[in-house]
Amino acid sequence: MKLSVDGLLVYFPYDYIYPEQFAYMLELKKGLDAKGHCLLEMPSGTGKTVSLLSLIVAYMLANPLSVTKLIYCSRTVPEIEKVIEELKKLITYYERERGQKPKMVGLVLSSRKNLCIHPQVSKERDGKIVDGRCHSLTASYVRERHNYDDSIPICSFYEGFDIEGREVQLEPGVYSLDDLKEYGQERNWCPYFLARYTILHANIVVYSYHYLLDPKIADIVSKELSKSSIVVFDEAHNIDNVCIDSMSVKINRRIIDKSTASIQILEQTVNEMKEDDAKKLKEEYQRLVEGLRDASVARETDVVLSNPVLPDEVLKEVVPGSIRTAEHFVGFLKRFVEYLKTRLRVQHVVLESPASFLKDVYQKVCIERKPLRFCHERLASLLRTLEIADLTDFSPLILITHLATLVSTYTKGFTIIVEPFDDKTPTVSNPILHFSCLDSSIAIKPVFDRFQTVVITSGTLSPLDMYPKILDFHPVIMSSFTMTLARPCLLPMIVSKGNDQVAISSRFETREDVAVVRNYGQLLVEIATIVPDGVVCFFTSYLYLESVVASWYDQGVVDSLQRNKLLFIETQDAAETSLALLNYIRACESGRGAVLLSVARGKVSEGVDFDHHLGRAVLMFGIPYVYTQSRILRARLEYLRDQFQIRENDFLTFDAMRHAAQCVGRVIRGKTDYGIMIFADKRFSRSDKRNKLPKWIQEHLKDSLCNLSTEEAVQIAKRWLRQMAQPFSREDQLGVSLLTLEQLQNEEMQTKQQKAAEQKL
Amino acid sequence: MTTSSEDVLLQVGQVRYKKGDGTLYVMNERLAWMMDHRDTVSVSHRYTDIKTQKISPEGKPKIQLQVCLHDGTSSTFHFVNRLGQGAQVKDRDDVKELLQQLLQKFKCEVNKELEEKNRLLSQNPSLLQLYRDLVITHVISSEEFWSQHAMQYMQKQQNQKQDIGVSGAFLADIKPQTDGCNGLKYNLTSDIIECIFKTYPAVRKKHLEYVPHKLTESEFWTKFFQSHYFHRDRINAGSKDLFTECAKLDDQELKRDISAGIEDPLVDITSFEDKTLDEGYGTGGDRPVGVQSGNIVHQSMIKRFNQHSIMVLKACQQNTTCHSGSEPLDSSVLPMKQPSQSSERNPDCSDYLRTAKKLRIQEKLVYDDLESDSKMQNVGTQLSLSRVERYLHGPMPGSSEDVLSDDVFTVSTRLQREAEGWCSVARLQASTLVNPAAAVSALGELTPGGALMKGFEEESLAQLVPADLERELKNLYMSLCELFRHFWTSFPPTTPTLEAKAVRMHEALHRFHSARLKPFENRVLREFSPLSQHLTSHLNQMLNSAYRKFATWQQRKMQTLR
Repeated sequence: MKLSVDGLLVYFPYDYIYPEQFAYMLELKKGLDAKGHCLLEMPSGTGKTVSLLSLIVAYMLANPLSVTKLIYCSRTVPEIEKVIEELKKLITYYERERGQKPKMVGLVLSSRKNLCIHPQVSKERDGKIVDGRCHSLTASYVRERHNYDDSIPICSFYEGFDIEGREVQLEPGVYSLDDLKEYGQERNWCPYFLARYTILHANIVVYSYHYLLDPKIADIVSKELSKSSIVVFDEAHNIDNVCIDSMSVKINRRIIDKSTASIQILEQTVNEMKEDDAKKLKEEYQRLVEGLRDASVARETDVVLSNPVLPDEVLKEVVPGSIRTAEHFVGFLKRFVEYLKTRLRVQHVVLESPASFLKDVYQKVCIERKPLRFCHERLASLLRTLEIADLTDFSPLILITHLATLVSTYTKGFTIIVEPFDDKTPTVSNPILHFSCLDSSIAIKPVFDRFQTVVITSGTLSPLDMYPKILDFHPVIMSSFTMTLARPCLLPMIVSKGNDQVAISSRFETREDVAVVRNYGQLLVEIATIVPDGVVCFFTSYLYLESVVASWYDQGVVDSLQRNKLLFIETQDAAETSLALLNYIRACESGRGAVLLSVARGKVSEGVDFDHHLGRAVLMFGIPYVYTQSRILRARLEYLRDQFQIRENDFLTFDAMRHAAQCVGRVIRGKTDYGIMIFADKRFSRSDKRNKLPKWIQEHLKDSLCNLSTEEAVQIAKRWLRQMAQPFSREDQLGVSLLTLEQLQNEEMQTKQQKAAEQKL
Repeated sequence: MTTSSEDVLLQVGQVRYKKGDGTLYVMNERLAWMMDHRDTVSVSHRYTDIKTQKISPEGKPKIQLQVCLHDGTSSTFHFVNRLGQGAQVKDRDDVKELLQQLLQKFKCEVNKELEEKNRLLSQNPSLLQLYRDLVITHVISSEEFWSQHAMQYMQKQQNQKQDIGVSGAFLADIKPQTDGCNGLKYNLTSDIIECIFKTYPAVRKKHLEYVPHKLTESEFWTKFFQSHYFHRDRINAGSKDLFTECAKLDDQELKRDISAGIEDPLVDITSFEDKTLDEGYGTGGDRPVGVQSGNIVHQSMIKRFNQHSIMVLKACQQNTTCHSGSEPLDSSVLPMKQPSQSSERNPDCSDYLRTAKKLRIQEKLVYDDLESDSKMQNVGTQLSLSRVERYLHGPMPGSSEDVLSDDVFTVSTRLQREAEGWCSVARLQASTLVNPAAAVSALGELTPGGALMKGFEEESLAQLVPADLERELKNLYMSLCELFRHFWTSFPPTTPTLEAKAVRMHEALHRFHSARLKPFENRVLREFSPLSQHLTSHLNQMLNSAYRKFATWQQRKMQTLR
């Protein structure tokens, strides 16, 4: 349908629309008009992506000058592929309605592993190896060498792209991973480099968070994206952790050993080169004297997404003399690695700030802060000069230079923790040096600063006010949408006690209690008996999952479970879990029904949807608090308290509840779907927890559903399931939770007023 | 009697049979005994005929071995090794051991087959009749009958059989009961055993291997329940355990499944992350796998649960695929069914995977309730019509203005002229061939009551033929038609097998003719002379045409050979 959103003509590729989709578009439009950042929470499975895409595409077509590009970031590869398919659908709809394709290029960018078409390299399963082998076939000096020695292998696809690819622009259209590969096969061009090149002029780019947030990748891939772009972070409930992860480094003994070996290789190569080809080293020296001025020129013209790892000052200066020559630099690295080695040789936990670390480095091995800062760049330059093809062997060393640059650049928002052993195995010495980022705003700051509109959206962002604080930005629009429903298709319940009236809770003190574990088991068995098809359970951690399953086995819970459904359990091995998951789906599809035991914060909870029959009930056993004894977490909590005035408990609860909501939200998709959500912990019924659930779940969590025993919950679920099993047609929904164009136009005014009222509240 | 190809597996001298000394031979397919200094075999039993073997009890002076046959007779062999009783017992036991193995092998297949056939015949009277007519009269051999003529019955048989599913908790349902004196009793039904075999093919293999040669049925299951394989909290079953190998096989199977990869992109967790970073980046969240949590027993148990569920599911899916001959070409099912193909990335396969993946994603994208109904229905290819009314109405007399009337006229006149030309020669002759009066009289003769219609009155025929004769005739028709069916399907004989079949069927027809049809005709001629040839004339006609066909084919063949 064609609808008007606040005066903007939007093509929506469906004949009906959910009211909240329309409301979402309205808010988004406001945000775009204001050229500010938005924070929008919309129930999962109500067509967020399609609303986003249709509004932004319409906006771009209407205002081609003010918005030139949409950068859509999502988390997992399947999500990315879904987005691009959704976009394809939209563009096809445009074509059908308007008779011609809009002149837009949309494409997806992914790692080499997903895009490579080289007959041998693409066979590799490990992404790192693909990268390494690709590099060894396409690096500039490899190709140069190939010019006078045909025996050196190069990648014909890259060559093909290099010769012709840059002149031709991709025709308007939407290119998914497979489309790109096909396109590449046809023309003999490398799809990866084609995509990397094309994102600069494409109108819509879909890729993973890391391409924008991780400075290591953003610097290479995304630095020249134009300022007048809209950036969307979908599934952004976990964005702060992504930011933190991208800026943190940890070093253990193995990395030290490997880098020592790498340094030896470097030394050797430098010596060899000095004898054979001293000129090259001299050239490099000259270049370094000139400085990294080229990069600094680029930044002044505002083409480069600023790299937080390499702050502006670094670019304005030349590489310090002490590490300019290759031998000196290798010696310098050696000293630094030796120093780190001594730091790992500790008996007790050390916690210090980057500043004191730098001071210590200076005192012990006489390394100043300034050269440390250039460490990363200097190593990259050296590796280039030495023409080392396969960089995979050098990754530990690169990691260490990365640490050096980070530690000398940031004094605030980071901490250094050296743990001599794992807390659970205090006798085994396994020292790790964590250089941990505490402030998630550091990594995302350049994004907020650079792009005119950044949209952060997800199904579960509650409580909304936390995100602006921890990411340190000021949204112009901040809203949470509820779900209009013609029938109560979600049934959240808080089960606080078992049939024997013993309170159930995953509190540390009671979690191993036989009665609690038994009650959990009983709850699951009863639910599995009455709920058709798939049932998914989430535990607070792997450890807890394991111990509970073991005691269930002893108590015979497992046997009675198996009588009703097949049992599948997430393990720590991703491949094994995938297989279990696949079979879980098969079991649900064959009508047998299955139970999946899984872990909050695990891979399953973050990337797999259990819509329709794949998940008719979700059980959350306990509140998924993060492991609070972790020193890194402690440091972060302290930092949050000091810097942002966020109380420890507030943050912990926020974090636990967003994960709980995330787990539970996987069950529903669309309004024809239905699912039970069971929160099995007494503490959920407390208002500080309950209020942190997303509005669309809270709305249905009536007081009468907040303090149930297993029996009561089962009774309610039975009744509800019977109700849900009745035929549900479009007519039931129309006008309430589903609108036609006419209804929309009539109700447009109403919704607007309603919206306004909501915001005042 | 002995064919040269048969191997003698064991030869035991000094065996007495019915007072005569001789040598006992244990051969591939039969047991034979030959009198000393003769060169003919006097006793020969096929293993398929042997029901059981019996041995004389321990301590008896005579060391004997008796084989009982299915037809009730038996043969007793007396071992009279001159070296004494020890040697005699050894001789006998050697024979017994070998016989046991061989009989076991033969018994399974033969018994099952025989029973099956017997049941089939008793259930299908028409098949039984056919069997009587064709096999008992030696028109065709029994193998041929079963392989060709009774095929549809056999197939139907397979379809009818419905397997029981495998319950997820079948192992849990085997509740051990204490028998009062420090032991446990497990109640096993054949269903449960079937379930175990289906779910754990490795156990079935072990069972075949061990039962009944090395262990008895009950010993085997006792071992099974004692084994760690059955108990899920096993870590590593000891090397002594009978089922260690099974566990290993299961693990291998699982590994193979994992390494085959997972086609469904929405499920393959390993490729979710679109980031290729080395270890060492990120916060300390993930330590190396395996070291983290202490309890290996729990982990292996969890693995076992997954494995169990996967195998149960597999057992059920195998059933469905092999029973419903054509599996549904559902795109969402297909990618799962062929995990082996993923390893080799031939272009077809990847193409196919791509479309499967795309379908899967699109399936996830669509919101049914947002889509309009009309669109949902027209998912197929659309028919594009330039002029809809023509499609709806078809050519109508009124619409002839499209074609120029001149054309139509010329075409029709030409056609007329052409048609005239066709019969211009024949018409003259035809007019002189039969005059109208003769034609009328001929027609009169051909109507009932006329001279040419004698003996074709249906009422009289029905009265004349008694019920038993009619039934017999019906049977004859049925059998002969069956033979004809096979005869005619072998034409044209393009392949050597078809040729052979044609020859065979031709012979069968002849045999049938002489063995069944001729006696029947004679009987009819004797007892119901008025019917004489009429009853079988059609049968004969059909036979003759078949013979003719065969003869011409043979003739042609000879010619081409020449």
